[in-house]
Amino acid sequence: MRKFYTLLSREVRSYFYSPIAYVVLVFFLFLAGVDFYFQLSFMNGKPVGYSVQEAFFNSVFFWFAFVLIFPLITMRLFAEEFKLGTIEPLMTAPVRDWQVVLAKFFGALVFYLILWLPTLLYFWIFQLVTHQPAANSMGAYFGAYLMLLLLGMFYLSIGCLASTLTKNQIVAAIISFCVITLHFFSGLISFIVQEVTSSTRQLLGYFSAIEQMGTLSRGEIDTRPIVLYVSMTIVMLTLTYQAFQARKWRL
Amino acid sequence: MIKVENLTKRYAGQPAIQDLNFEVGKGEIMGFLGPNGAGKSTTMRILSSFMPPTSGRASIAGFDIFEQSLQARAHLGYMPENVPLYNDMRVTEYLDYRAALKGVPHRRVAERVGDVKELCGLKDVEKKIIGALSKGYRQRVGLADALVHEPDLLILDEPTSGLDPNQIRQVRDLIKNLGKQHTILLSTHILPEVEMTCSRVIIINRGRIEACDTPENLLGRIRTAGGVVVEAKVGNDDGAEELRKIAGVRDVTASVDGDWQIFALRVEANTDVREEVYRLASARHWTLRELSQRRATLEDVFVEITHPDEA
Repeated sequence: MRKFYTLLSREVRSYFYSPIAYVVLVFFLFLAGVDFYFQLSFMNGKPVGYSVQEAFFNSVFFWFAFVLIFPLITMRLFAEEFKLGTIEPLMTAPVRDWQVVLAKFFGALVFYLILWLPTLLYFWIFQLVTHQPAANSMGAYFGAYLMLLLLGMFYLSIGCLASTLTKNQIVAAIISFCVITLHFFSGLISFIVQEVTSSTRQLLGYFSAIEQMGTLSRGEIDTRPIVLYVSMTIVMLTLTYQAFQARKWRL
Repeated sequence: MIKVENLTKRYAGQPAIQDLNFEVGKGEIMGFLGPNGAGKSTTMRILSSFMPPTSGRASIAGFDIFEQSLQARAHLGYMPENVPLYNDMRVTEYLDYRAALKGVPHRRVAERVGDVKELCGLKDVEKKIIGALSKGYRQRVGLADALVHEPDLLILDEPTSGLDPNQIRQVRDLIKNLGKQHTILLSTHILPEVEMTCSRVIIINRGRIEACDTPENLLGRIRTAGGVVVEAKVGNDDGAEELRKIAGVRDVTASVDGDWQIFALRVEANTDVREEVYRLASARHWTLRELSQRRATLEDVFVEITHPDEA
């Protein structure tokens, strides 16, 4: 277990060694800030039927920033080690392959969670200034951040897999970006295409991150996305583990 | 300490190494010699469990590298060719991380890292970022990393490549000292280094072991054990013809330098013909300016074994 923690702490720290962490943080916080600002100005203009917190997590800005950060966070995980050759000292140390894969995944997850921490401040400040709650209930906060964690886990595991497939970080980023947007937009089809039957629409709805976020951020804790994303993350990490092991036979 | 049996590795059907068999005993410094692409790095990468062999077995400290890879790796300090390092970490930070990763007990990490920094001369750069270090220092960080968990065995892939002569000397001395407590397998192109540091040498060519012996025995085995250079004024004599008559001389080539003639004699192994040459010269009243023996070096052995036609 100590080796896992050693690997994990290096992974988390390595984000802050390179400029990537700061670029991603600034980019993300800028878009989240713009999102929050516009939602508030809009709600100032006319009465709406949803809370500030719901508006924040269901806007176009939010989703735009959301799908972009995963390739940035995960592209270097394995690809950089392959490129620099540091995979050689790493894998000739007495560590197991799964320890490395899990440490990289959880390292990315920790960084991803750090990215979200400042957004908690938004709602706190809102309450402080307006003396009104930003959400309808505590459950709504819980649901929204649970959805962030679930979808984040799934998209990060896709990024991990993409990064094991190549030693080129750009290629890794493009692969994960394509797969993530593909998944994301498959959930949008039911909004865009008119001539889908209701059963297809229903099926696509199960995969629709936007619909799930809508439900969870209202505070309705639906267990279906929990099962879906936890199991999909496990599948993706298993594939990552296999792809990572396959490197030995490709050499 | 290392036992290798019928080790074979093929890349896409192309054999990189074929049927290697050798053993390295405890406390030995084994040199691994061979031209580029002979299979040195491949062998070392297999021994360090970085990649699996196509067939054959190998064990380190009694642990099979495939079945008991983790234990084998725990007994091994490996320094890969070109020393890949995390460029954005600081030296001490990197060594702390590596020590923990290799299972050095928590309370001993600081002590071990301090020791290897001292040993490898890293004290004055310990706070620097690795990416900013010169090649020589990077090499030393790699060596410190290989040593930090006090392994029984060190595998060093070209530890002196890319260093300047002073640095090479430092690393060589370091390796010699390490040889007192560790078993070492090192690969190199620099032949004097092997002669000076290694107790045994494996010469590998095109994926096969061509020779495995002590440097002295290898020198003895060579077809021509070196040569003798004679510079003399021979008057009207045919110097080359006369010298060729001496027993033990296989061949003479002559060249002219002003009034002087320079003869290069190739002689049989383990014979010294200088006395005979002197007698001949004094009997014929030649004026001698140089009479010297060139000792065969490992370089000759290397060239003869890896390029038999040009020797």
